[in-house]
Amino acid sequence: MDYQDIELLRFTTAGSVDDGKSTLIGRLLYDSKSIFQDQLDAVEESSKSKGFDYVDLSLLTDGLKSEREQGITIDVAYRYFATPRRKFIIADTPGHIQYTRNMVTGASTANLAIILIDARKGMLEQTHRHAFIASLLRIPHAIVCVNKMDLVDYSEEVYDTIVSDFKAFSSKLGIKDIQFIPISALNGDNVVNRSEKMDWYQGSTLMYHLETVHISSDHNLVDCRFPIQSVIRPHTLENQDYRGFAGRVDGGVFKPGDKVKSLPSGFVSTIKTIELNGEQITEAFAPMSVTMTLEDEIDNSRGDMIVRENNVPEVSQDLEVLVTWMSASPIQARTKVVVKHTTNETVGMVKELKYKIDINTLHRIEAIDKVEMNDIARLSIRTAKPLFFDAYKKNRQTGSVIIIDEQTNETIGAGMII
Amino acid sequence: MSNYVINHLKELESEAIFVIREIAAQFENPVLLFSGGKDSILLTHLAKKAFYPAKIPFPLIHIDTGHNFPETIAFRDELVEKLGVKLIVGSVQEAIDKGRAKEETGADASRNSLQIVSLLDTLEAYKVDAAMGGARRDEEKARAKERFFSHRDEFGQWDPKNQRPELWNLFNGRKNYGEHFRVFPISNWTEMDVWEYIKLENIDLPSLYFSHQRDCVVRDGVILANSEFIKLKEGEEVVNMTIRYRTCGDMPITGAVESEADDLVKIIEEIATTRTTERGGRADDKRAETAMEDRKKQGYF
Ligand SMILES: Nc1nc2c(ncn2[C@@H]2O[C@H](COP(=O)(O)OP(=O)(O)O)[C@@H](O)[C@H]2O)c(=O)[nH]1
Ligand SMILES: [Mg+2]
Repeated sequence: MDYQDIELLRFTTAGSVDDGKSTLIGRLLYDSKSIFQDQLDAVEESSKSKGFDYVDLSLLTDGLKSEREQGITIDVAYRYFATPRRKFIIADTPGHIQYTRNMVTGASTANLAIILIDARKGMLEQTHRHAFIASLLRIPHAIVCVNKMDLVDYSEEVYDTIVSDFKAFSSKLGIKDIQFIPISALNGDNVVNRSEKMDWYQGSTLMYHLETVHISSDHNLVDCRFPIQSVIRPHTLENQDYRGFAGRVDGGVFKPGDKVKSLPSGFVSTIKTIELNGEQITEAFAPMSVTMTLEDEIDNSRGDMIVRENNVPEVSQDLEVLVTWMSASPIQARTKVVVKHTTNETVGMVKELKYKIDINTLHRIEAIDKVEMNDIARLSIRTAKPLFFDAYKKNRQTGSVIIIDEQTNETIGAGMII
Repeated sequence: MSNYVINHLKELESEAIFVIREIAAQFENPVLLFSGGKDSILLTHLAKKAFYPAKIPFPLIHIDTGHNFPETIAFRDELVEKLGVKLIVGSVQEAIDKGRAKEETGADASRNSLQIVSLLDTLEAYKVDAAMGGARRDEEKARAKERFFSHRDEFGQWDPKNQRPELWNLFNGRKNYGEHFRVFPISNWTEMDVWEYIKLENIDLPSLYFSHQRDCVVRDGVILANSEFIKLKEGEEVVNMTIRYRTCGDMPITGAVESEADDLVKIIEEIATTRTTERGGRADDKRAETAMEDRKKQGYF
């Protein structure tokens, strides 16, 4: 195995309480031999002390004291495992409505979402919400796992009904790639190993999907966007005039020799070098961190953006955003906030609350006077200085903002630009 | 691998460099907490790459418990010299002498939790507003929920139930007076990633990580280096063993593994087949199931 040449896949798990998320993750870790003996010993011991007659794999992920006491997942926990094909980062998030914000957090960086459904219960309102969040956050791939098949006698009919119910709903959402798999997380059917009890299922296992789903086109490779994080000026004799722009590519492909434009100044120049640690790079694309130098002396600073001359983002002080509200204090129109976008930060004013979305029915609720924790709503925001942005559906990095409370400095909203 | 895809080590590197650059840009007095272990050596290497050809624009802080391996100190001094970066040493011995911290007693005494006092004192003395560390989420279950930018109140405490959500790659480092942040740029790396990257980049490490002969004491199944810092209990004896370290903390509490692995290739092979976590050898984590969470709440690394 050439461990150095595998890709990274980030996925999130969505499901209601007790649908089996933690058990599924425990199963993936266990069957891919990513669990160490001392971790397993600890889990066996706590299972025993709780009087369970099987090893509760969910204890592997439920990390914090209060969670283990309550037996539920209350925050985002990250887990890691690797197979010879890929390295995986799992964001394990709770599924309850009051944790919508955590689900959104986990989903914001994911390439793929696993949506769990309890075979005995079928599609629930919560399942609608999980699918909606996956589509809202534009997770490119989704896998619907119908779990606890062992409790419905591995019935094909039960599975088929759930699949068609889900499809009827998800056709409205526009998730590009959805797969369905019948599993038992507890017993391991179709997780890593094929189930012998469901010969009617011809598809592949969950692990096979995770290892092979095509993720190289998940980043925007068309629209060149390079937000500047900082300017590198060594102030040494041999590098008197060196002025490097440090940042991470958010879209497109940059090459030395490309004609580029700086925002907001509008100055045009040519890329002289793209480098990291003195090594020259011939092509830079998302999500690479690099240092760029230009042929002309341009006074760029943090928050500026380097783009192509004839492909510029929107430059505006008015944002239309769909936000997930993250704070216990609601927001009303005419509230002053701080907006963080790429490497830019500015104050802004929430001008108008347009509507809320009932995330179970997808219906709009118009004429609202406040937005509360876990709500998903459309707002208009006016910022003190112009931002350079794209629609979220075009670019997840240059199309997203976080909203910060000016007084407490807490992150109170997550916004996707329309 | 197709065009326009970077492999996972490059992606992790890129993420860590992005975070390190954010720290330098968002804070006034950031520092890098340098323990002398491989993770903080890796972090220092990434910081060098992030700002090249400029020097690392923040100092390293080392909390010296007085119980360090001599190899760690020698390595630290050489590295600092090579990079031309400022080093700040916070001394636990000094904190004890000043009566700020009280030494534990008994055969299992350790200075591990005393580090918290020195660390917080040092951060305060230098008005540090962001301390970056090499902690990884795969190390321990309380760390699995840690953010990249982890907010600490004015007492340096962590409140796991009230963490700021972290979305996309937008890191919120805003804070009120007296508060600070701990930042963990290599949060998403596993032990295997760290070793593979060290091999890929040819990063120098202290000799402790490679197989060597050493006088040891085996206590509760943990192999400890025999040193002036440990008192032998009844029935314990000193044995010469072939060992190496997977993590480097204080001499009296860091467990070694018996190993013949004397180069990176062999170490990676060994890790691929090993059945215990690297912290499995640390006596400090064995004290209670939630030992790490409890220490973190108080302000531990
Ligand atoms: N019979 C059966 N029980 C399961 C399965 N998956 C999970 N469970 C059980 O369902 C309960 C809740 O699982 P857990 O993983 O904690 O759910 P979470 O709340 O989604 O994380 C536990 O008692 C599990 O043992 C399954 O495939 N079959
Ligand atoms: Mg759970």
